[in-house]
Amino acid sequence: MKRFAQLFTELDQTTKTLDKIKALVSYFEVAATQDRIWTIAILSHRRPRRTVSAGYLGTWATERAGLPMWLFEESYSVVGDLAETISLVLPEPDERSDETLTFWINFIKSLEPMSIEEKKEKINWAWHRLGGVDRFVFNKLITGGFRVGVSQQLMVKALAKYARVKENVIAHRLMGNWSPETTTYETLVLTEDTQDISRPYPFYLAYALEGTVEELGDPTEWQAERKWDGIRGQVIVRNGELFVWSRGEELVTDKYPEYAAFLELLPNGTALDGEILPFRDGLPLSFNHLQTRIGRKSITSKLLQEVPVAFVAYDVLEWEGADVRSWPLTTRREKLEALAATKPHPVLQLSPTINFSTWDQLREARTHSREYRSEGIMLKRKDSIYRDGRRRGDWWKWKIDPFTIDAVMIYAMSGHGRRANLYTDYTFAVWSGDQLVPFTKAYSGLTDEEIREVDRWVKQNTTERFGPVRSVKPELVFEIAFEGIAKSTRHKSGIALRFPRIHRWRKDKAVAEANTLQDLQQLLNTHG
Amino acid sequence: MNLLEFTAKGIYCPAADVYLDPWQPVKKALITHGHSDHARWGHEQYLCTTPAEPIIKHRLQLTDNIQSVAFGETVMINGVQFSFHPAGHIPGSAQIRVELNGEVWVFSGDYKLQHDGLSEPFEPVRCHAFITESTFGLPVYSWPSQADVFDEVNRWWRKSQEEGKVAVLAGYALGKSQRILKNVDATLGKIMVHGAIETVTNIFREQGMILPPTVRVLPEMKRADFEGALVICPPSAIGSPWLRKFEPFSLGIASGWMGLRGTRRRRGADRGFVLSDHADWRELNQAVRETGAEKVFVTHGYSEIFARWLTEHGLDAREVKTQYEGELSEMAEATEDKALEA
Ligand SMILES: [Zn+2]
Ligand SMILES: [Zn+2]
Repeated sequence: MKRFAQLFTELDQTTKTLDKIKALVSYFEVAATQDRIWTIAILSHRRPRRTVSAGYLGTWATERAGLPMWLFEESYSVVGDLAETISLVLPEPDERSDETLTFWINFIKSLEPMSIEEKKEKINWAWHRLGGVDRFVFNKLITGGFRVGVSQQLMVKALAKYARVKENVIAHRLMGNWSPETTTYETLVLTEDTQDISRPYPFYLAYALEGTVEELGDPTEWQAERKWDGIRGQVIVRNGELFVWSRGEELVTDKYPEYAAFLELLPNGTALDGEILPFRDGLPLSFNHLQTRIGRKSITSKLLQEVPVAFVAYDVLEWEGADVRSWPLTTRREKLEALAATKPHPVLQLSPTINFSTWDQLREARTHSREYRSEGIMLKRKDSIYRDGRRRGDWWKWKIDPFTIDAVMIYAMSGHGRRANLYTDYTFAVWSGDQLVPFTKAYSGLTDEEIREVDRWVKQNTTERFGPVRSVKPELVFEIAFEGIAKSTRHKSGIALRFPRIHRWRKDKAVAEANTLQDLQQLLNTHG
Repeated sequence: MNLLEFTAKGIYCPAADVYLDPWQPVKKALITHGHSDHARWGHEQYLCTTPAEPIIKHRLQLTDNIQSVAFGETVMINGVQFSFHPAGHIPGSAQIRVELNGEVWVFSGDYKLQHDGLSEPFEPVRCHAFITESTFGLPVYSWPSQADVFDEVNRWWRKSQEEGKVAVLAGYALGKSQRILKNVDATLGKIMVHGAIETVTNIFREQGMILPPTVRVLPEMKRADFEGALVICPPSAIGSPWLRKFEPFSLGIASGWMGLRGTRRRRGADRGFVLSDHADWRELNQAVRETGAEKVFVTHGYSEIFARWLTEHGLDAREVKTQYEGELSEMAEATEDKALEA
């Protein structure tokens, strides 16, 4: 555990990619094989199942530390992380041990069938032997959420370097349905595994366009499509079986029964990249519709009728059983179009390309984005290969400007993790008559400098405190940007925003100049 | 009438007509130490400890309206006995003991119990009423031993040298920086300091404090001049263009706030060293206990929480609003650094 804790500390201490890779490689060099695979799993969010609820952990730690519960809760609200709060309040351990990471993971798993009393005894036994970072890591293994800035891409780089295997090969092997419970490090990283027929390809992700579109050069070298506002997905048919993956690397085949048609539409050995979108009468429905399907456990026929889902395809990654990602985009696109033409079916929609020969024409087309329920335009270089991860150069997203509204800050809450101790999460209101009605929360978009300034202001202008929340004098006006708007019965204002964030601080505006609820309702009527 | 009262101008002793660390201009002020939230401009008369005097004099540009006494020496003002006792916070920092007709009050100012090798060690003073700070008044604050922290600092400095980076360590100009100088392994390499720190350090040196030699960072210096060095700077330098000349560098921050992962990450430092000049949770409790006070007034920091905790433990404790900048101390110290630069 000490070595893993050291890795954790090293990863936590730097924001630099190269340092992180170095830390991972030197860890892999000394770690036990079993620890190695668990490390890969944990850092790619495959932690062991939770066997003790967070609530119990807090209570037991509080008891052991001899503190009243309220004091633990106050501490938690300052620290912002349960695992960390617990490890900080606990007394120093009486003995220090150094079992392996795998030992502690098995230990946590072994708690599953136990009674609460037994669990408590076991957890206390562990706290008794673990100090400092080890204890924090142990708590994190239970509660989850190791945010140490190790992206899939970074892990791939480190493993490639350590195992001396090509990056794209590693990236592919790390995808899909593996679990450290059933896979070994060797099978995962070192062997060509044909067993997992569900395995998807890593998604190629685009950066937002920087600068002007003209800087991309000759417009004829580029293919343009609408940027769809759904869930990025991959549809795979192999050995007569269908697999649907979402970008979060989740196997979601069961959530979209209408996709069963792909078994008829696609020959074995085909993988398509595209967007999972609610689709009716030739047009996507809004993202809010899709949301009604996402969280749902059982998909009723009523829901299937109300929110039918299609797959808007834009790329072919596997063709006749072969990985064709190295083909130029135009060639892949030809295959895709041929495929869609031979067997037309409402579930397989082709993401149309936009005709343009000058950038101004495309700029004009972009102004119609909202009519297509799209978020803007995707630009892909025609001769580009399909790469993995987020990369600059060949693919760009050129989004339309968001909706904006000027709103008044009325509550502030302290942030979590990185931002604990600072007031970073705000609730905003708009005018309804002479009342301020809260309508959204937002917690991103300000610079660190501004956050510190708002934080100071909040501390000096608090009118009331309840727990971690403070109500503040209605004095600061912010421009809130968002991507969409929908009716909501759960909100006092009657509306819900999609991706709200702070666009800028309107120091130039007085509170009276903020927008009204009516303004929001008007947006709802035209775009909801 | 209480022996000490909390007024709009600061902590007031009506019987003697003097204030302790007042934040508005008054006739006579007793000052615990030179940090900007405790020693302010504009009073007619200042009284502090002899070792604290040079810094306060320099910071506030005082000439003849400041007097000082030794630790433990009694001063009678209108029949009230005042004496200063070591607070262990920074060199020269004091708690102020006030006695009238057998009733004793102690105002702690800022304090810590851990010995730092430089400040006069904290001295528990028995009293009836104790006014305590609570900057780190939460059980999650628990300081590691100073020796462990400096082992870490030394290791980090060596690692930075190996990687060809300048080790830049941010710590408050007054107190923290000298504590770093005193305890870091000065044989590892050259120690360079920001101008604000050099000024304060030289004042301490003139008082006879033995510290390793330092080189002041000057505008005309080149990157090669910093090779392998440890550079100590005030926290206000973080994110400023001043830091650029050290690229590539590794940035460390020495502060009690670094005990929390969130604050550590938010400040964008490569390394956080948990080094505080304030008492941690255990020390606060120990200090309160050792005074034997039945009445406790809790000032800046997590005052509401610490007061509630003490109340539950049978003390008559209450929160007092002051203008000492517990929660805002980062900002306060930044302002202070600016004041020092001028
Ligand atoms: Zn101080
Ligand atoms: Zn202070």
